[in-house]
Amino acid sequence: MTESESLKILIADDNDSDRMILQSIVRKQGHRVITAADGYEAVELFRKESPQIVLLDALMPRKDGFEAAREIKALAGKELIPIIFLTSLTDAESLARCLEAGGDDFLSKPYNRIILKAKINAFNRMRLMHLTLQEQMELIAKNNEHLLREQEVAKTVFDNVAHMGCFQAKNIKYLLSPLSVFNGDVLLACQKPSGSMHVLLGDFTGHGLPAAIGAMPLAEIFYGMSNKGFSMTDVLREINQKLKQILPVGFFCCACMIDIDFVARDVQVWMGGLPDCLLVRSDGQVEPVKSSHLPLGVLPSERFAIDTCKFDWNRGDRLFMWSDGIIESRNTNGEMFGESRLLDIVQKNAMSETLFEQIHRGVLDFIGEGERDDDLTMVEVKMLEPDQLGLDEAHLNKSALVGPKNWSFSYELRGQTLKEFNPLPLMLHLTMEVPGLRSHSSFIYTVFAELFSNALDHGVLGLDSRLKKSPEGFAEYYAMRAERLETLSNDWVQFFIDHKPEGKGGVITIRVEDSGPGFDCSKYTRKNLENNTGFSGRGILLLMKMCEKVAFNDTGSAVEVEYHWVPEA
Amino acid sequence: MEHLDLNAIAELKDVMGEEFSILVETYLRDSAERLQQLKLALDENDAEGFGRTAHSFKGSCANVGARLLAEYCLTAEKMGRAGIIQDGAEIYQKIDTEFKAVDLTLRAYL
Repeated sequence: MTESESLKILIADDNDSDRMILQSIVRKQGHRVITAADGYEAVELFRKESPQIVLLDALMPRKDGFEAAREIKALAGKELIPIIFLTSLTDAESLARCLEAGGDDFLSKPYNRIILKAKINAFNRMRLMHLTLQEQMELIAKNNEHLLREQEVAKTVFDNVAHMGCFQAKNIKYLLSPLSVFNGDVLLACQKPSGSMHVLLGDFTGHGLPAAIGAMPLAEIFYGMSNKGFSMTDVLREINQKLKQILPVGFFCCACMIDIDFVARDVQVWMGGLPDCLLVRSDGQVEPVKSSHLPLGVLPSERFAIDTCKFDWNRGDRLFMWSDGIIESRNTNGEMFGESRLLDIVQKNAMSETLFEQIHRGVLDFIGEGERDDDLTMVEVKMLEPDQLGLDEAHLNKSALVGPKNWSFSYELRGQTLKEFNPLPLMLHLTMEVPGLRSHSSFIYTVFAELFSNALDHGVLGLDSRLKKSPEGFAEYYAMRAERLETLSNDWVQFFIDHKPEGKGGVITIRVEDSGPGFDCSKYTRKNLENNTGFSGRGILLLMKMCEKVAFNDTGSAVEVEYHWVPEA
Repeated sequence: MEHLDLNAIAELKDVMGEEFSILVETYLRDSAERLQQLKLALDENDAEGFGRTAHSFKGSCANVGARLLAEYCLTAEKMGRAGIIQDGAEIYQKIDTEFKAVDLTLRAYL
């Protein structure tokens, strides 16, 4: 519709000659005119004909212009129907009555053609703008509704995954907005088959769906692996690798993860990028636990550090974790709550059973009438006796009770597959099906990795680890490695893995053989290796220290280790 | 003051075209009716009716360029609205006389 388009205009005036004049003027300007002789007729015509602009005399018999205007505006609803009052009334009170009734403007007698034309055009522009605005508002409302529906679905899916946790445990208190996943906060807790407990508090960068998108795989991995008894470091490594792989650059997850061993009475903490956690001892001592790592999803796997801090943890000791929402809460003056206020509350109430609630109240009191961002995420985890957790223990060790115990398999990798494929996760996965062996997964992984890299680097590729003594040699080593990997064709590495039950645990035998020429292994006695300060043979020493038996064949192209294990208490 | 604004008449002729004569006849017929209503209101001492009719009459007079007549109507309207029409007969007389002049002048354009 354009400004010059012909409009349908309703003219209502009881004065025949005035109505005739106005009708002629408006028609001459190219519009279609419908006429009414009083307010009653005007409303009826409006209902039937839906004109776009109404010119209305104020004083008319049967129904005056004021009443007609009110009824027409009501009929128009959300649509803008401009009403111009035709009047020679000049007192302010009468003009005000016109406006109150819904009039948008006045036209006085005698009619001026130029002014009338300008007014019709101006109101048509306004009408069109209103129409566009109306359409856009409807579109926005529709989009918004759509977005909310999508968020609702996403939240439901996430809740199904995230709430598999053991938040009913008596040692956990937490604060988490129902829509927290959309401000990037994630809280997960899971009891492992061994009875220990993993808790993870994560804070993704950003808000809305971008922040929520990483939470799904995070929770999946956390519960999937913790339930199967993977160690905290395995879980973290997997999460980091997954997030690094799927999140765009600049998106990551600040996180703190803890592993509580209720029997050994200790807690292991990994901290990457969250504000300091506080360890609150039952005697009122407060110790901060600082972040020592980059957030999850930043570093590639090979540079991801999983070293953790371990703390003795006695009955009644508590650990507090929070995302930055608490510290960055603002009061009406725009001041931040800050770490010192938080620490102050904790120190003053360190012995109080209701410390958690007092922190929450402290933050809310501080915010006052200030803006509530709804991302106050906080968790308190307490050291209790295992039987005080109030958790159904039926699920414990369940996954650890099934699975094969007495088996062997061999696995041979040949040619370019050696370069392209890492067999370790697959073999570890198969091996970890042994009930109770999961808690040794880190160690067994190390053994696999050590043996595989010896077989490939030294056995097949014939690289000399003495090269690695100097930085230049280090570079040369890897250059040669890359070069020789390209030439692999008839080479192979073979794994033979055997597990037999022994008491409550078992014996695992790992034999790795390669197609290389072998080497003189007579010098690799434990005594020789312990006096050796270089890189060479360091891996073998590690194996010797950890395994009951490490044996080479005559040519040095095969090595066999034996490891006796007992399940974790 | 002239009985009719000649510019206004010229403009009306332009706007109305062939319908100009119908307009004039309509105006004259309506105005005769308004005069009767004014007289009636005066006789019944109906100040409000007197003012309202004068207001309406004023509008159509202005539209056909009968400016002096419109001015008399305004005076009558004000009296009516103020509720004081004891002297209404005098202004009514003026309106009646002026209308007769307008009537004569307008018919000349037909």
